[in-house]
Amino acid sequence: MPMNAYSYTLLILLIPLFSFLLIGLTGHKYKPIISGLIGTAGLLIVAVLSYMTAIKYFWTDHVEGTAYTSFKAFETTWLHLTDNLTINLGVLLDPISVMMLVVVSTVSLMVHIYSLGYMKGEKGFARFFAFLSLFSFSMLGLVLATNIFQMYIFWELVGVSSFLLIGFYYDKPSAVSASKKAFIVTRFADLGFLIGILMLSFTTQTFDFQTLVSSDGPALTHTGGAVFMGLSAMTWALTFIFIGGAGKSAMFPLHIWLPDAMEGPTPVSALIHAATMVVAGVYLVARLFPIYSIVAPDALTIVAWVGGLSSLFAAIIACTQNDIKRVLAYSTMSQIGYMMLALGVSGYGGHDGLGFMAGNFHLFTHAMFKALLFLGAGAIIHSVHSNDMREMGNLRKYLPITHITFLIGCITIAGIPPLSGFFSKDEILVAALHHNIYLFAIEFLVAGLTAFYMFRLYFNVFWGKERHYHHTPHESPLVMTIPLMVLAFGAIFAGFLPFSELVTSDGLPFEAHINYAVAVPSVLIALVGITVAFLMYRRTSAAPDKVASALGGFYRGAYHKFYIDEVYLFVTHKIIFRYISQPVAWFDRHIVDGTMNLIGNTIEKSSYLIKGFQSGKVQQYGYVFISGTILLVIIFVYLW
Amino acid sequence: MTGNIPLEYFLVLSTLMFFTGIFGFLTRRNLITMLMSIELILNAVNINFVAFNHYLYPNQLQGHFFTLIIIAVAAAEAAVAIAIIINIYRSFKSIEVDKVNQMKN
Amino acid sequence: MDSNILFSLFAGAILLFAILTVTTRKVLRAAVYLLFVLVSTAGLYFMLNYNFLAAVQLTVYAGGIVVLMIFSILLTSHISEKARMATLKEGVFSALTVVAGALLTIVLIINHKFVATTEPAISTDVQNVGRQLISYGENGYALPFEVISVLLLAAMIGSIIVARKESLASNVKSTDNQE
Repeated sequence: MPMNAYSYTLLILLIPLFSFLLIGLTGHKYKPIISGLIGTAGLLIVAVLSYMTAIKYFWTDHVEGTAYTSFKAFETTWLHLTDNLTINLGVLLDPISVMMLVVVSTVSLMVHIYSLGYMKGEKGFARFFAFLSLFSFSMLGLVLATNIFQMYIFWELVGVSSFLLIGFYYDKPSAVSASKKAFIVTRFADLGFLIGILMLSFTTQTFDFQTLVSSDGPALTHTGGAVFMGLSAMTWALTFIFIGGAGKSAMFPLHIWLPDAMEGPTPVSALIHAATMVVAGVYLVARLFPIYSIVAPDALTIVAWVGGLSSLFAAIIACTQNDIKRVLAYSTMSQIGYMMLALGVSGYGGHDGLGFMAGNFHLFTHAMFKALLFLGAGAIIHSVHSNDMREMGNLRKYLPITHITFLIGCITIAGIPPLSGFFSKDEILVAALHHNIYLFAIEFLVAGLTAFYMFRLYFNVFWGKERHYHHTPHESPLVMTIPLMVLAFGAIFAGFLPFSELVTSDGLPFEAHINYAVAVPSVLIALVGITVAFLMYRRTSAAPDKVASALGGFYRGAYHKFYIDEVYLFVTHKIIFRYISQPVAWFDRHIVDGTMNLIGNTIEKSSYLIKGFQSGKVQQYGYVFISGTILLVIIFVYLW
Repeated sequence: MTGNIPLEYFLVLSTLMFFTGIFGFLTRRNLITMLMSIELILNAVNINFVAFNHYLYPNQLQGHFFTLIIIAVAAAEAAVAIAIIINIYRSFKSIEVDKVNQMKN
Repeated sequence: MDSNILFSLFAGAILLFAILTVTTRKVLRAAVYLLFVLVSTAGLYFMLNYNFLAAVQLTVYAGGIVVLMIFSILLTSHISEKARMATLKEGVFSALTVVAGALLTIVLIINHKFVATTEPAISTDVQNVGRQLISYGENGYALPFEVISVLLLAAMIGSIIVARKESLASNVKSTDNQE
């Protein structure tokens, strides 16, 4: 396949970067809307290029029956450290990166368009679009990274843009602390990623993804290296890398930043904290999947269980939250848990790689419907000016388009056929069933919970009792509803993409069937969840409170997010700060600083004492000189 | 002509003149009078040289020439010093030594 | 006239006017007192038979330097202006130091035994002085003579450069910049 035929993909990276610089540097000089249009136009081009690339890669250039290859459309040496150690930047194309390209550019474009309406009149409109472009650039760079180091660079850039966008309302203390929290938690996880990168590249002597995952490369032929605590070096390396991925993807117990990140503007939540950035962890595992699968299956087991437990954990919490964006945030966490689990239970090659395919499939569909749900939530918030679903009700007659699209999103995430969520979730359940019955049970339960909490949200918002609103809610402008419709379209039909032929662990297509033994029960449990939600929330009743009090402590625990934040606070404040940081700070302040201050003060005092000698008065100098000479003469003549 | 005047008289005279000059140098504030004090000091030194030459080494003229050269140097020094003083006066509107306390104004 | 009387006269004049020079508060008078000191010194040189030196002292010092100083005084201060002196404390300390130094030196001078050479004296008339000044053999001072002439030239140019007006200096600067 000719490489330079794809070299235009470099533009996909450069256009958002350019629009970021353009808006960021000159955005204050013209009307805000122009900044928005620049950013949106840039993303439109990127999206078109991405679709072109996808069509070309998956269909036009693909020879039937052969495996999809991975190749570098562009690569340049960025840092030449030694002959063995260079850091490259480039564009890597393979099934998952092309798929992610489509996801990122679609959602980003939709969010850009949507934001034109949603952010209208906001202070910092241009800044918002500059950051959105920066994020798009970073995320695309992450997706297209040719080596793990480039991925790390963009990984951090993504973190920064996430930080900037969560803290967009920087005069709001809660937004500021949420952005700090997100940054610190993910940064902490990225430390694991960095350690993992170092261990991995030390063991394999390469950063390059292609080399890493090639079947005769240093990673896959590696026997595992030195053993530490019963796990090989490669297992440790990949576990550490997974910690980085878990931090970005908000996996338990590093998920605490995600709900708070909802302080950012809703389009940001849709783009970063639902569809793209948070799936970076999944993408990372998928990117290194052959190594996980072949060299470090133990690490993959960790991935599976972390994903499974996170999805259950988040689904339970989601059932109790009242802030619609938080419900969606926990839902996101739960769905990412699904993807992680899918990767974790997958094998390598052929039909064994069902989980891999399913995870990526779910990533794809989830991006569509979760972005849809978030943008829908944004439209609701936009019209009601509240995040709390208890202050909403019976909105369906005010917001018809939002209502329909939101309903589509809910049905999709609940996994009702023939919408896309059903297909991807079904594949995951099949893969889990093949691998581990407990994980399957968890996911099966979560499927029901998902349907329940999403329809709890849906009924609470669009049905139920009419509330008193400050002003009559009104449907959002077209610029906001068109993205909703486009994404709803994607959510409905994305499931029909032949993913098992496109994105597989070894690049070769395989036949995936709907396993009715799994599909039927999963649809049934989803329907059960919907029905329960319908009965409880269709009309405002006392039933939810009764259920809550019946569940007692469990409900309270879930309502308080199982006190994970408190545990963190306890560990950091009561243990780390008190027993480590405070003594260290005391030592620093009193001993280290004290020593320095002592030296400084001594010098200062002695300087004051002797400063008189350096008066600059020539006659004083002369006086001292003469008296000194006389004294010396007396000493040498009479006293010597 | 100086048969019965001892060398020490000249030396004591030059010592007193020298220290008078130093006193002036230490107590005057005006740059020009400080310069005058320096001339006094130089003159005291000159008297010393001349006296030593005359009394101790009349066979040569070293002290004589040294004095001559000192006079020449004093003239040069006075010329340059006065040029500097005039320049300082232009910048500071004063030639008092303790008011000239800035590198740049 | 008795040489003792002559010496006392000159020495007394020198000391009196030297002290007046450093203590008077009128700058122009200080210059005049300095002139008297210098003239008296020239008298001493005449006494010692150093006629050429005395002539130089009179022309260069009295005629040159003092006149230069008077010019600069006139340029920089008013006739009536009284010069500022040091504070009393500084004055007292300086006086003490100076008196101590003078006493120390005088004691040393008196206690020292000076030994004169036994070689025959040579003439100090102008002819001999002139010959030695420009000869380069033994007892020749041609080299110091040349060096001092270069020094004088340098000082002359230097003082012109230093003392001339800023506008000229800035003209020089601007032409430098143009280059």
